[in-house]
Amino acid sequence: MEDEIVEEEKLIQHFKVDLINKRHQVGSLIPLLQSAQDSYGYIPEKIIYYISELVNIPPADIYGVITFFAQFRLKPAGKNLIRICEGTACHVNGAKTVLSVLQDELGISKDETTDDGNFTLVSVACLGCCSLAPIMMINDETFGNLNADKIKKALKKFYIEEKLLVET
Amino acid sequence: MKKIKVGLGTCGLSAGGELIYNKFKEEIKEKNIDAELCETGCMGMCYEEALVEIEDENESYLYSKVSVDKVGRIVNEHLLNNQPVKNWIIRSKDICTEESFLKYQTKIVLRNCGVIDPTSIAEYIARGGYEAIKNVLKNYSSEEVIEVITKSGLRGRGGAGFLTGIKWKLGLAEKSEKKYIICNADEGDPGAFMDRSVLEGDPHSVLEGMMIAAYAIGSDEGFIYVRAEYPLAIKRLRIALRQIREKGFLGKNIFGTNFNFDVSIKEGAGAFVCGEETALMASIEGRRGIPRLRPPFPSQKGLWGKPTNINNVETYANVPWIILNGWQKYLELGTEKSKGTKVFALAGKIKRTGLVEVPMGITINEIVYKIGGGIKGNKKFKAVQIGGPSGGCIPASMGDLKIDYDEITSTGAIMGSGGLIVLDETTCMVDLAKYFLNFTQLESCGKCTFCRIGTKRMLEILERITEGNGKAGDIELLEDLANKIRSASLCGLGQTAPNPVLTTIKYFREEYDAHIVNKKCPAHNCPSLITYKVVDELCKGCRVCIKACPTGAITGKLKEVHVIDYDLCNRCGKCYDACRLNAIIKD
Ligand SMILES: Cc1cc2nc3c(=O)[nH]c(=O)nc-3n(C[C@H](O)[C@H](O)[C@H](O)COP(=O)(O)O)c2cc1C
Ligand code: FES
Repeated sequence: MEDEIVEEEKLIQHFKVDLINKRHQVGSLIPLLQSAQDSYGYIPEKIIYYISELVNIPPADIYGVITFFAQFRLKPAGKNLIRICEGTACHVNGAKTVLSVLQDELGISKDETTDDGNFTLVSVACLGCCSLAPIMMINDETFGNLNADKIKKALKKFYIEEKLLVET
Repeated sequence: MKKIKVGLGTCGLSAGGELIYNKFKEEIKEKNIDAELCETGCMGMCYEEALVEIEDENESYLYSKVSVDKVGRIVNEHLLNNQPVKNWIIRSKDICTEESFLKYQTKIVLRNCGVIDPTSIAEYIARGGYEAIKNVLKNYSSEEVIEVITKSGLRGRGGAGFLTGIKWKLGLAEKSEKKYIICNADEGDPGAFMDRSVLEGDPHSVLEGMMIAAYAIGSDEGFIYVRAEYPLAIKRLRIALRQIREKGFLGKNIFGTNFNFDVSIKEGAGAFVCGEETALMASIEGRRGIPRLRPPFPSQKGLWGKPTNINNVETYANVPWIILNGWQKYLELGTEKSKGTKVFALAGKIKRTGLVEVPMGITINEIVYKIGGGIKGNKKFKAVQIGGPSGGCIPASMGDLKIDYDEITSTGAIMGSGGLIVLDETTCMVDLAKYFLNFTQLESCGKCTFCRIGTKRMLEILERITEGNGKAGDIELLEDLANKIRSASLCGLGQTAPNPVLTTIKYFREEYDAHIVNKKCPAHNCPSLITYKVVDELCKGCRVCIKACPTGAITGKLKEVHVIDYDLCNRCGKCYDACRLNAIIKD
């Protein structure tokens, strides 16, 4: 119990430092939430209460804003974020196949994280490189003109990199 | 000295542009070459990425499909020995393989995109940048600026095509201590990337446009609302803002006048409806992005209740050009009621995908065949989808239609912001309508009942049609719901959500009938309506499909014709993909 409180304190301290570093304008809710998500990869519940005090908006309203926008998540994401494009160009060029291959390979559906915490799968509308449709991004790397083989290769690469990281 | 420009828009980056840039950097250093290396934005030819342009005093050479392993040869032959690698060049003084892609285009908005280094303010200034605002501050009154923009006939490029001059006039007429300028860079239409490319390739032109608008209506503070999915655009904007603040082009007493103005960036958080102006302002204020009733219009009561002028990225980018070149010049381009040019993001089943800027009045066929080079893989041109989720499908038979706000509206589609997706015979129109409705249904903010629930019901009908459970009367039911959603929704999202369905019913009704009555998908796209068949003459009995089949529906001995058991087949198509002899067909 005490440990938990200490953890929470740390979390908020960390966030405060972060805000100072970013010279945040207090009072603007969405940028604050974006900062929190930047720092933790998601928005921890404690932070909602903290932000609520900062901007003087009830936590319930903040929760309403969080759930309205697709960008915010209330649960941590996996180590690697896979974003598949479901924009129009990708749709007509076989985005559905990309999704089904990924689902088969990872054993998860959209908006889920693999049990080992390695991958989270989300979809977005247009990554803006429609000329290479269908597209997916793993973290900041873009993979275009996808087919089943290319997807498997891309995933393998990340698994291998993960392993290397553990060993060294 | 030679100058090497590497295309580092999002398209260039995803084609490996950064690795190529670093490789050039390495080679130049290692071999001690006297050359300048810089980055540039999207050159429009996304289909030829990665692109590298090498300029010297007399000529420029554009290399296409560059990869890291090609850099060495370009450096050795071109940079060191002055021998351009001809085979890899698509444009120079005497080579132009892409003539038709370029010939039909007129670049106003994209005048600097892919030409200048977007992170260099000096290059923007060298091409006449910030001359327009200087000129305006010195020689024009607010009314005179507005008159020029009104006379040019510029219409808002965000979708609805409202006359920009008139909007500014309304802004100026409001009496208020505080007024705001907003640039709408939310670009939510899936499959559109015009605004992103402009911001990435030429951020200063948009900022200059905003400054002119601010002067015209009497505002001293502006916001750019950019989608969070555009990190590079945000980064380039930040750099541009820092540069003009340092130079004193933003802030107090700009260019020694009493004009004050500053701009900040607001990042969107992923909601299509926030492209709608009132929802956008709610989101800047830190609330859920829910549209409200207009009037009052933003020009009367906008951000934090103050008069606000909101325009699209492309609209602002046009403004400095119009000021510098005169409204008369702008009027020379376009049709009677739609002046100037329009930028389109050309994508889908077309050979040359990319960013194009064409004069209004060009025909669809000219874009598809001349600029786009026709359909990929020798398939048949079926339709174009224009205007995204608010737009519609225009069939190939209407290819001579002129691109113009009113002409396009007359087909049931809308001009929209500039997404142009080309479709071929393998695209199922019912599926496409379902795709867009799924999108709007998910993105509906939930405020209006018809938009929230009506789109859901329409989606369910389309789902059952594509799954083979369509019923007689479904088309009429769709039309009925569509009309009700249209008239009972408060904002543009709901009012236009039925367009993709209505236009596909209007032009491709027989395809709906095929799904509903014959339980067939003519484009072989809807999984539930496809029957996979083994062609006995072609099957060599190699067992590849048997291994690929997840349900064990295919049986047969080695070297004997295989058989599909339709009770077990789940129509996943894995056998079709696996067979290398084309012995499995879709029916
Ligand atoms: C659902 C919806 C989404 C919209 N999305 C955008 C958008 O992404 N970008 C944009 O510039 N305008 C968008 N608009 C139009 C804006 O409400 C507004 O009309 C426009 O920004 C005005 O600028 P303009 O006069 O320069 O076109 C959208 C409208 C609706 C109803
Ligand atoms: S539609 Fe997928 S990148 Fe644009």
